[in-house]
Amino acid sequence: MLTALFGAVESGVIYAIMALGVYLSFRVLDFPDLTVDGSFVTGGAVASIMIVNGSDPFVATMAALFAGFLAGCVTGILHTKGGINPLLSGILMMIALYSINLRIMGKPNVPLLAEETVITKIESWFASDWSILLFMLVVTLIIKFVTDLFLKTEVGLSLRAVGDNEGMVRSFSANTGWMKVLGLGLSNALVAFSGALVAQYNGFNDVGMGIGMIVIGLASVIIGEAVVGHSKIARATLAVVVGAILYRIIVTLALRIEFLDTGDMKLITAIIVIIALVLPKIIDRQKAASRKKKRLQQLGGKANA
Amino acid sequence: MLEMSGIFKVFYEGTPDEKIALNKVDLSMRPGDFVTVIGSNGAGKSTLMNVISGKLTPDVGSVFIDGTNMTALAEHKRAAKIGRVFQDPMAGTAPTMTIEENLALAYNRTKKRTLAFGVTKKRRDFYREKLEMLHLGLEDRMGAKVGLLSGGERQALSLLMATFTDPKILLLDEHTAALDPSRAELITNLTKEIVEKLGLTTLMVTHNMQQALDLGNRLIMMDKGQIIFSADEEEKKNLTVEKLLAEFQKIKGGGGLSDRSLLS
Repeated sequence: MLTALFGAVESGVIYAIMALGVYLSFRVLDFPDLTVDGSFVTGGAVASIMIVNGSDPFVATMAALFAGFLAGCVTGILHTKGGINPLLSGILMMIALYSINLRIMGKPNVPLLAEETVITKIESWFASDWSILLFMLVVTLIIKFVTDLFLKTEVGLSLRAVGDNEGMVRSFSANTGWMKVLGLGLSNALVAFSGALVAQYNGFNDVGMGIGMIVIGLASVIIGEAVVGHSKIARATLAVVVGAILYRIIVTLALRIEFLDTGDMKLITAIIVIIALVLPKIIDRQKAASRKKKRLQQLGGKANA
Repeated sequence: MLEMSGIFKVFYEGTPDEKIALNKVDLSMRPGDFVTVIGSNGAGKSTLMNVISGKLTPDVGSVFIDGTNMTALAEHKRAAKIGRVFQDPMAGTAPTMTIEENLALAYNRTKKRTLAFGVTKKRRDFYREKLEMLHLGLEDRMGAKVGLLSGGERQALSLLMATFTDPKILLLDEHTAALDPSRAELITNLTKEIVEKLGLTTLMVTHNMQQALDLGNRLIMMDKGQIIFSADEEEKKNLTVEKLLAEFQKIKGGGGLSDRSLLS
């Protein structure tokens, strides 16, 4: 049980980088970007093929980041220059990436177990069970802080304003089209980076491992926001990281139920997201009802009479 | 400062809904001119604004701002020279961002956006100083999200954001129309104060004839896509609401009461 939970936290921290990417597109830009399902695998594909061909795993992982950036930019260009609806541009890119990923990998599954990866390297540097978790936590938190700082720069502010009030920020001479392209690029760069690390963590890259990734990202964002809150940027990004870890823990616990097996993962994910979306509304409604009851009592039945 | 000549804009051309929104409009504004625009709904006032701001491109005609031909320039590019306040108080600000972050966005209108922080200590002092001009106490709430402000406060902030970086042209599109009378008066007074202080070249659309007479040094009246009446500085001083209505009826050939109700 404890080992399972430890593993959940470990992979949660790696997936948190993907969730931060989803936060950038979904929350900051207000752009539901389905490219994520493809670019996650693209990251893994680029990194694993480079590693198999003898590249340094760190270089390979950075290359994955860059590949993800390009994929996101293409989605952005489809939307802003091609005038394609946001959802559809993401879907088109996701489908296109499926074939591109197969081309990069050359086969549906690239094993990395015999290779030297970022994970094996870290394990060889610090001989401790905690090494992966701590290293990944540091990497994730660095990305979180850099994101926080970036969103406070002049470029970052206009990126946020694009998601908030596009017409307004255009009237202040920001090129909203390129802002979206940049935002989607950065978002998918993080997603692909996470994909590269997940592939190395799992010891293989599979062409199907991106299916439903956007939903996992959304689950992390929504769970995190419900638990941690999102009043400030730094808090919102922290929420995403916490949400990603919580999501992994919930899934791990759910899978321990005798009746459920690993094939039910996607269903569990969908249910978690539905609960996370619906529960706050039910709670709000109940709060409003109890407030009303209280107020009526205060008015001493006059309102009832 | 602004030179528009022969502007022609048709919507839904070739369909039964065809509408000539601007019909050979010429408008010239000298630096420091404050022109108020009146006219009934559908007269082409908003289209005129949108052609200047670049939201719409005219079918025919040219727009020069500050000596540069801007006719086909993208909206965000010419925005460097144009300050705009919209009718809807929601439209001019970003609600989930704080007051100081909104000001930082506006601050970048004339400058290239970089990876420098938008809100620094020095900038914050500058923003505070500007906010004090509004006399609304917003300078003490700079970390508050703009979504929490009232409509009047937001519109005051929008006005400040549109003007504090010295635009070549200020466009006010019925910017007091969505406010209650006392808030509208406050914004009107602020507009007067800011425009006079900075000497801004301003074009203001309004449905309120009294406001059109109280503000500015020139007045134009639009109808069916044309400027049908224009008053210069001397003429405007002697205008009253009654005289304006009479003028309107004379041009329209005795339009009757319905025009009055549309215009006042």
